[in-house]
Amino acid sequence: MVGPMLRLPAPLYTQMVGHCLSGLPDEACGLLGGDPDGVVVSCYPTRNLAGSAKLYTVDPGQHLRADRDAEANGMAIIGVFHSHTHTDAYPSPTDVAQAPDPDWHYVLVSLRDTHPVVRSYRIVGDRVDEETVIVEPRRAHPSGGFARTTAR
Amino acid sequence: MAVDVRLPTVLRPHAGGLSTVSANGATIGEVLNDLVTRYPGMAGQVLTEDGALHRFVNVYVDDDDVRYLEQLDTKVADGATVSILPAVAGGCGR
Repeated sequence: MVGPMLRLPAPLYTQMVGHCLSGLPDEACGLLGGDPDGVVVSCYPTRNLAGSAKLYTVDPGQHLRADRDAEANGMAIIGVFHSHTHTDAYPSPTDVAQAPDPDWHYVLVSLRDTHPVVRSYRIVGDRVDEETVIVEPRRAHPSGGFARTTAR
Repeated sequence: MAVDVRLPTVLRPHAGGLSTVSANGATIGEVLNDLVTRYPGMAGQVLTEDGALHRFVNVYVDDDDVRYLEQLDTKVADGATVSILPAVAGGCGR
């Protein structure tokens, strides 16, 4: 039996990690669009309204636009990513307490060490379960195009 | 007046799985109160016990976040679309 997993096309993985690096010294954040089975098709980098190395808040206006874009392309927002600048790639008590949707994938990008560390979790109530992250080579999107790398 | 209310996935189970429902009201406060009257399971997730907008949701009239307008007193025009999304926040916290 295959366990829970998140499939990230390589260009979106690069976009996500790049957005996190460019946000230093603050935490950076964004949303992931795709299908509920955990196949990511779009990455939506967003502003961190908290402007902090300890906290993030996804810009609500960008969230609305990402949600509409995902829906218009037959997808949904299926998760959120954010960076931890000086701690592990593991959800903090703040992350767990504020996890908005038990069906979402929660991706953490730790920038504490020399190389970024990317991990993904499911959070249901207080329970945190790690899932496998598979970075896939550039591949065709079911619509016939390629995995999208731009927010809008 | 009736408006369409777009629901986030986390609230849809309280509305029989629907992604968009109808609700009545001339202001956001009236629309949300009508919504939770129709779908009581949403009550504690959209409005607080005091009737304020819950801090874990963002509510929009068309393209505008009501927190930057008149919050629950924001007027809702006939045919407008109200969207509810979860407020997404967190961080290492230390």
